[in-house]
Amino acid sequence: MAMRYRKERLDRGIKVRCDDVFALSSYREVLYLAMPKVLPVAILLIFPLLKGVVGLYYEKALVITCAISLLALSWDLMASVGLISLGQALFFGAGAYLTGYLNYAFKLSPILTIPLGTIGGALFSTFLLLPVLRLRGVYFAIVTLTLPLLLGRFIDTTKILGGGEGISGLSPLPNLWFELYVAIFAMLVCLFGFRRLINQDYGLVLQGIRDNDRAVMSGAINIYRFKVEAVFIAGLAGSFAGAFMTHYYQFVGIPAFAMDYSIVPLTAAVLGGPGTFAGSVIGAFILVPLSEALRGFGTLRVVFYSAILIICVVGLPEGIFHYMRRKYHQFERRREIG
Amino acid sequence: MEDGSILEVENVTKWFGGVAAIITVSFSLQRGELLGVIGPNGSGKTTLVNLLTGFVKPDSGKVIYQGKDIAGQQPYKVAALGIARTFQMAKPFYQLSAFKNLIIPLYSPRVKKLRGGKYGNRDDVAIDLLEDVGFERDSFVPYKVASSLPHGYLKRLELARCLALRPDLLILDELFSGMSMSEVAGTLPIIEKLNTEGLSIIMVEHRLKELFRIAHRVMVLNFGAKVVDGSPRQVMDSDAVKAAYLGDEDEG
Repeated sequence: MAMRYRKERLDRGIKVRCDDVFALSSYREVLYLAMPKVLPVAILLIFPLLKGVVGLYYEKALVITCAISLLALSWDLMASVGLISLGQALFFGAGAYLTGYLNYAFKLSPILTIPLGTIGGALFSTFLLLPVLRLRGVYFAIVTLTLPLLLGRFIDTTKILGGGEGISGLSPLPNLWFELYVAIFAMLVCLFGFRRLINQDYGLVLQGIRDNDRAVMSGAINIYRFKVEAVFIAGLAGSFAGAFMTHYYQFVGIPAFAMDYSIVPLTAAVLGGPGTFAGSVIGAFILVPLSEALRGFGTLRVVFYSAILIICVVGLPEGIFHYMRRKYHQFERRREIG
Repeated sequence: MEDGSILEVENVTKWFGGVAAIITVSFSLQRGELLGVIGPNGSGKTTLVNLLTGFVKPDSGKVIYQGKDIAGQQPYKVAALGIARTFQMAKPFYQLSAFKNLIIPLYSPRVKKLRGGKYGNRDDVAIDLLEDVGFERDSFVPYKVASSLPHGYLKRLELARCLALRPDLLILDELFSGMSMSEVAGTLPIIEKLNTEGLSIIMVEHRLKELFRIAHRVMVLNFGAKVVDGSPRQVMDSDAVKAAYLGDEDEG
């Protein structure tokens, strides 16, 4: 009879030691715990300084990556409450248009328009979603898919807010440093903020609503209020991305409501591993640079892009972040059975 | 059984399309009473629970709880008034540990107010609650993800989730269904103890033997209507109950 094996996963010794309260006794263990957070953050903060090495093109790509990361984080937060959104472009577009209009009509500086656009955009989108927050699953998803398309077409046909041409000639951001560090900083704040939020009691209620909203209701908690708040917080992240990119492009138009801003963040979150926030960011940092790197292939770009995406999703259905975390904390060995 | 009634249900009716799920049901519950509700499948027991807890709005009739009509109020408002319920199908927060499952009701405004605005020591409260319903305090069980717990634990977790609200009225919707004999034997004293401590309880149940042992009064539903309402002994001897459960001989 052929020998049969079973894969066995075991926690690494250092992981087991670090689970203990007395863990922080050696540099090795401190490093082990801090590395997964410190290393990526450090690389991100150094990246803008490497303009000579990576070139202006990829420095600019980082800004777009951060914007997509913000949208992916915002998607993941909504998914944590059980609201599956296919329309993050709603947040992006709302923030973008409000910022653009404030800058164009009142000549406000970006220092004012970006915060105002962020809060206003989040309020506006939350308000639009209020009636459908009672829906769940596919029904909620369909509505979110349609709303940005509806708004884009509305602006196009009624010719308000610049109509099909959009509003151009908006104030630029001060300089590249400002662009890069504000984008990175906003993304990191959202990433670590959301990760913290979801593990607070407040976040547990959000997760409870995702798992079983009836039990949360019978726990004397108004789930509608929590959903509204979660959508607003997610809206802040999404609208900030829109507000920021408006001044970055110095233009706002119907593309702000484009499907890309709905689909790419969703793909990033699913690829990276939903429910972890870090996964969303990792996903975005793979997808956006990859899409830029494949530009050389011209029209074939989408083919390669899609193929890589399919391979990743099929090969790592758990998501890249879960896979990386598992490899970091555990090792595998084969064990004879039978 | 003192201080009069905590709950008065007056002529409550609910139609689902052309089917009457509950027809003009009236009953009252005294403070500290343990009322059993039984009936064949589809007789409207769970609908009655849903009507009392706000998950279903009655077409007509009143549900008067501590002097206020709560019929058709939002479920979370009903719960905030002190009516806690379990669900027939145990559906905990699967991706959270048993311990964290309890943090959610403990986070509600009702519990915060009961605890005097302070929130400290919620961990102790949660672990005490789990111990009360039979979780092994010093084991890993309370910290296991709910999806990995056996069904009996999940049902008891449902009970703990209700007790976290410090309810004045507890409604158990077939708590024992799906539990093993030994789990039922372990849970029954918990309910008896809660009742002797003064908690009013409505118990919808299929396990008649256990129910008849602890209930003060039993109400029988059939086709959405109240058939009998009396002491366990009266109910057991009633012909109407036998007809409801075993079928009416005249109908053939």
